[in-house]
Amino acid sequence: MPRSVVELSGHIIDSLILPKVLDLIVNLGGEFEILKIQVGQRRADRSYAQILVEAASPAELEQILAKIREHGAVPLDELEEEARLEPSPQDGAFPEGFYATTNLTTFVRIAGRWLEVEPAEMDCGVRVKLGEMRAETVPMHRVKKGDLIVVGQRGIKVQAPERRVPAEAFEFMSSAVSTEKPKGLMIREIAESMKSVRSENGRILVVAGPGLVHTGASDYLVELIEKGYVQVLFAGNGLAVHDIEAALYGTSLGVYLDKKLRAAEGHEHHLWAINKIRLAGGIKQAVEAGVLTKGIFYTCVKKGVDFVLAGSIRDDGPLPDVITDTLVAQDIMREKIKNVSLVLMMATTLHAIATGNLLPATVKTVCVDINPAVVTKLTDRGTFQAIGLVTDVEPFLRELCQYL
Amino acid sequence: MSLLMCPPDYYGIEYEINPWMSRSRQSDRAAASRQWQALYELLRNEAGVEVDLLQPAPGLPDMVFTANGGLAWGKKFIAANFRYDVRRGEVIHFENWFSARGYEIVRLPQGLFFEGEGDLLLCGEVFFAGYHIRSDIRAHQRIAEITGREVLSLELTNEWFYHLDTCFCPLGDGRALFYPPAFDAYARKVLESYVQQLIAVSERDARAFACNAVAIGNSVVMNEGSRETRAALESLGYAVKALDLSEFIKAGGSAKCLVLKVPHGEAETGAAGA
Repeated sequence: MPRSVVELSGHIIDSLILPKVLDLIVNLGGEFEILKIQVGQRRADRSYAQILVEAASPAELEQILAKIREHGAVPLDELEEEARLEPSPQDGAFPEGFYATTNLTTFVRIAGRWLEVEPAEMDCGVRVKLGEMRAETVPMHRVKKGDLIVVGQRGIKVQAPERRVPAEAFEFMSSAVSTEKPKGLMIREIAESMKSVRSENGRILVVAGPGLVHTGASDYLVELIEKGYVQVLFAGNGLAVHDIEAALYGTSLGVYLDKKLRAAEGHEHHLWAINKIRLAGGIKQAVEAGVLTKGIFYTCVKKGVDFVLAGSIRDDGPLPDVITDTLVAQDIMREKIKNVSLVLMMATTLHAIATGNLLPATVKTVCVDINPAVVTKLTDRGTFQAIGLVTDVEPFLRELCQYL
Repeated sequence: MSLLMCPPDYYGIEYEINPWMSRSRQSDRAAASRQWQALYELLRNEAGVEVDLLQPAPGLPDMVFTANGGLAWGKKFIAANFRYDVRRGEVIHFENWFSARGYEIVRLPQGLFFEGEGDLLLCGEVFFAGYHIRSDIRAHQRIAEITGREVLSLELTNEWFYHLDTCFCPLGDGRALFYPPAFDAYARKVLESYVQQLIAVSERDARAFACNAVAIGNSVVMNEGSRETRAALESLGYAVKALDLSEFIKAGGSAKCLVLKVPHGEAETGAAGA
């Protein structure tokens, strides 16, 4: 049955407004339930009532609401405060006192309506387009002079994540990072989640660091990509260079991955690999020219998996695919995380936190690192939804592949 | 206490916002001026009330009906929020007048219509407030907050009696005049249980604006032509002073509409139901 809660306040008892409103509801074919009532103690005190109104159809409910509104009964949600808007004083800066976003689902109250702020991203501002009645997160560097930005804390509703009853042992322990967790069980659960995401055609994002190549886990990631469990890959110059060095020379930073021996002139492999890709014009071009014939990035190109390589100040080369402007890299990452429903972060601090900053809290996030501090850092920076696994990435991926 | 009046220099029927008004039935400016002057003199000389004057402004023909400009309460002035655009220009003149005399100006939120004493009358300790035709019931809640008094909202159901002061007049001593068909059943019940002695006026007298009277102490000043009401009041010992206000009835107003109470900050009671 369509229903709405209305509020009535004032001297509603002595003036018979409360009985009148209740009579009106019934006479118009509706039903009511008084949810709350506070009667003024003294004559001058005002009374307050919250009334649930029900009707057989939405049209009937509308009719009742319109009628009782004339007598002061107003739907509760209409009484809520509006968000305050102020124009940005210049390009690239918000008005002072702007509302800083969280990664939780957020609504702002504009012209009597709750607008969802899209997408959910932490540490941004909220820009409101009144003409389209749209509210969106906007990073500081992208705001334009005159954009209407939400300031203050009023007229903002943040949806707390649902508290689930822990169904599995691993869920129960997911609140803290510990080396003592039953890993096998957790990995199986992660595998199940990945399967269910893919069965619904959802997208999985992998964020990985070069440690993945050192530990010899590349083949497992390749397997995941081949099986269709990776739709997007975020990394830095390092992962790509190590992967390509391994593909071209069989070494990672000059050490043979299969023999654990240092190659002669091995230290140069790393830079030669970069140079070869630069000569080819990029990773994709190198694959097309037959220069790069295996490895993670070869498989990405072959399987059409999107990858974003974000640069950093210590990069060698870098590879032509690396985006050296951090703001541009952030913006591209923002684009690519759209519709991602599961993220696997492995052996990287920098890229894990950078990605965590962009993700809505509703995205399942798994962080795998041998260093417990990485998961702690990630959650301390607001990506509280991350589930941490403290383990070397090679046994993790090996086991994960077994379950998939 | 004094009363605030505004000379009818710019008075006329320039628009139609109640059934009394018709642009084809214009008011006679000279006659209006004479009638207004007679009321002014009567209040000052015979009723012995101090009357302040508000400077009239061109283009605001209804500013003469000062009762609608707001409510003066203690040292606060709650400004009107007129339902019709054509009257909104009056408000600033009232605000300026009260502000210049040290009143704190209180404005209600936009969209909460409130037409001053036209729809809000103190009767004993309680405010009665008319709604549904001009004022908004939610404005009454604000008035209750600001004044700390009980405000009982009464639904007005007859367009001819669009303001509470056209169909209800507190006389003091627990008595009031009222025209029952102007109210809905709930409002009538409220009046019956809160006012000790209600004097119902006939349709004929109601249409002659018998309820739109200024009651000060024992005197009741009203438009002429309400014979039955006059007799009823006189039998109760009131001194009724009737005068011709026909030019103002063309706009739907009479004696009470032409005055606004100015309490000068003293404690308020409804005994002098002006």
